[in-house]
Amino acid sequence: MAAWLDAVLVLLMLSGFWLLGSSRLQACIRTVAIQGVLLGLIPLLSEWPDVTPRLAVVAAISALIKAVILPYLLRRAIREANVRHEVDPMVGFTTSLLFGIGLWGISMYLASRLPVAEASVSSLQVPVSIFMVLCGLFLIVSRNTAVMQAIGYLALENGIYGFGWAFAIEEPLLVEMGVLLDVFVGVFVMGITIHHLSREFDTIETDELASLKD
Amino acid sequence: MLWWLIGVPVVCALLCLLLRWNRPRRVLLVVAAALHSLLSLFAVTHAPPAQLYGWIALDAAGSLFLIITSGIFLVAACYAVGYLARESAPLRGAEASEAPFANYSEAVFTACLLFFLASMTLVVVSRHWGLLWVAVEGTTLASAPLIYFHRHARSLEATWKYLMICSVGIALALLGNFFLAVAVRESALGGLHLSMSGLEEQARTLNPLWLRAAFLLILVGYGTKMGLVPLHTWKPDAYSEAPSMVSALLSGVLSNCAFLALLRAHSLMVRAGLGDFSRELFVMFGLISMAVASIFLIQQLDYKRLLAYSSVEHMGILVLGAGIGGAAGYGGMLHALNHSLAKSMLFLAAGNTLALFRTKSTLAARGAIRLQPVTGVLWVLGMLAITGSPPFGTFLSELMVLKGVLDGGRSLVGAVYLAAICIAFIGISAVILPLVYGNSQAFAGQESPHANEQGPAERSRESWWALAPPLVLAVVAVVLGVYLPPPLAQLLHDAASAVGVE
Repeated sequence: MAAWLDAVLVLLMLSGFWLLGSSRLQACIRTVAIQGVLLGLIPLLSEWPDVTPRLAVVAAISALIKAVILPYLLRRAIREANVRHEVDPMVGFTTSLLFGIGLWGISMYLASRLPVAEASVSSLQVPVSIFMVLCGLFLIVSRNTAVMQAIGYLALENGIYGFGWAFAIEEPLLVEMGVLLDVFVGVFVMGITIHHLSREFDTIETDELASLKD
Repeated sequence: MLWWLIGVPVVCALLCLLLRWNRPRRVLLVVAAALHSLLSLFAVTHAPPAQLYGWIALDAAGSLFLIITSGIFLVAACYAVGYLARESAPLRGAEASEAPFANYSEAVFTACLLFFLASMTLVVVSRHWGLLWVAVEGTTLASAPLIYFHRHARSLEATWKYLMICSVGIALALLGNFFLAVAVRESALGGLHLSMSGLEEQARTLNPLWLRAAFLLILVGYGTKMGLVPLHTWKPDAYSEAPSMVSALLSGVLSNCAFLALLRAHSLMVRAGLGDFSRELFVMFGLISMAVASIFLIQQLDYKRLLAYSSVEHMGILVLGAGIGGAAGYGGMLHALNHSLAKSMLFLAAGNTLALFRTKSTLAARGAIRLQPVTGVLWVLGMLAITGSPPFGTFLSELMVLKGVLDGGRSLVGAVYLAAICIAFIGISAVILPLVYGNSQAFAGQESPHANEQGPAERSRESWWALAPPLVLAVVAVVLGVYLPPPLAQLLHDAASAVGVE
């Protein structure tokens, strides 16, 4: 199953690049949803063939939330705000892709500095997770629409979750559920805020939010 | 027992959502806060048994911060009663047609206040890293609607920034938790459990490399929540746009909860023999926060932003104290308590002044003492308290931190510390003194645009709901400066040694 696991991890890495290079919000939301499904596969593949029912249930719930419910909330937000594209990002899409290559390099470097002795963990696990975290951070600071920032937050959260799957599987269920709940509520609250933003400012471009400063 | 502490606010919050009438809901808010305070006092004095495999337990540090949380919340809840009554009063004629915003539903607001209390209580009693994370994230989510109580473009902007910056920060803290899990896994222990007491017992066997990385991420994560420079950017916006008692809670209580989370991480590092690493980072963050915040205090044009930057400065003092340790560690604990009292009181006074002048500009709001004598006096007392003047408790605690710094022979740190405090004193008094005693010419010659609109003079009546809460805080702040009850002093010592800063 190791080969399949690596394939999933590579797909996750590519999805990060896709997020960096795409201007269509719909497509980005779909990408984040696909990441949710892939993340659900990771624990199943890495524990195969002894998957406990508990593990399967947690994986299924996390996939459900990350691949169905959260994308639904984000889609609703863009429908209400009536935006389809990230029009004028602070860093252009081609440049973002170049940055992405740099981020991948940083991730590989950091991962090499933090060695994992265990054999059961794929060597791609740590760099891919760090890469997704960095991609999320980059999206949050370099994009203007609030929806895109929320997508960036989700990508960041996915990266952290992927890292968690690799190591923290034996943690009791409660914590995982708490984490999922928090992310769910977080995106929910962000969705409501985006809704208010679009009504109040007629736009969800966050660079319009500049009345508070020193 | 400990479940009750979290359960009471949650149940009352749900009731608040169901209740259709405003008055009973406000009564319920105060009742819930009072009940929580009584339970907290009982819990602190009776040492309740740990719950949920020991994940929820109350140690000395938790007790100290539980008292602060519960006490300040009770005061803020009383203030909220008067505030909500004032906000929901029907506007008259021209005011109603020109009202710039409609408020958020009061039921949701009250419920969120209580959820906020519940999540902060959970932060304080968490003895498990995962649970602590869930609780801290919970505080962000419960407080975001509070900041957006006034449905106004500016408060929306503040809410978005708060939500985004804090969520990202907290997400990094989650990564820190996972790194911690790896540090356990890569150690000889095998097995995974993130319970704090378990980790502290076996701290020396943890993998130091991963532990250090975990500490860095946790510091950035909870440091964002605490508002350490350069992670403080949401703070002035959120504090200035939130209703005043919410600002008081954010500054006086929530920052302390984040500080407690950092102390927990520090305590683990100390027990793992990596104390020097975390100490140096604390000192660095503390000094930078103090220096930058004190510069932003000068010529500040918005008195609530002024208080926010002062909050950043005091957070710097707290982590500096914890980083230096010894007498400074104890001083830092005492300062957490004193700062909560003084800053909450100032924010409540600012709420009264804002209701009077309807502007946060320090250029327009002047001469508060002539219109609201009691609030004016509160401002002056608060100014003395927050700048660390005797006889207030802050004087004592800031002096202790300085003593700790000099005991350790860190004279350069001491110099920066003193300089920042002096600059802050000048900056704060230069803004607050004109606000209180200044010449209110701005209003003397100004004709009201609407004949039936109330001017500041007519709005100057001060109600007891608006005055009693900050007055109580002022009295406690003075008393603690003169006389520290022995049980409290003991608790402070225990708290400091529980988290390894003394």
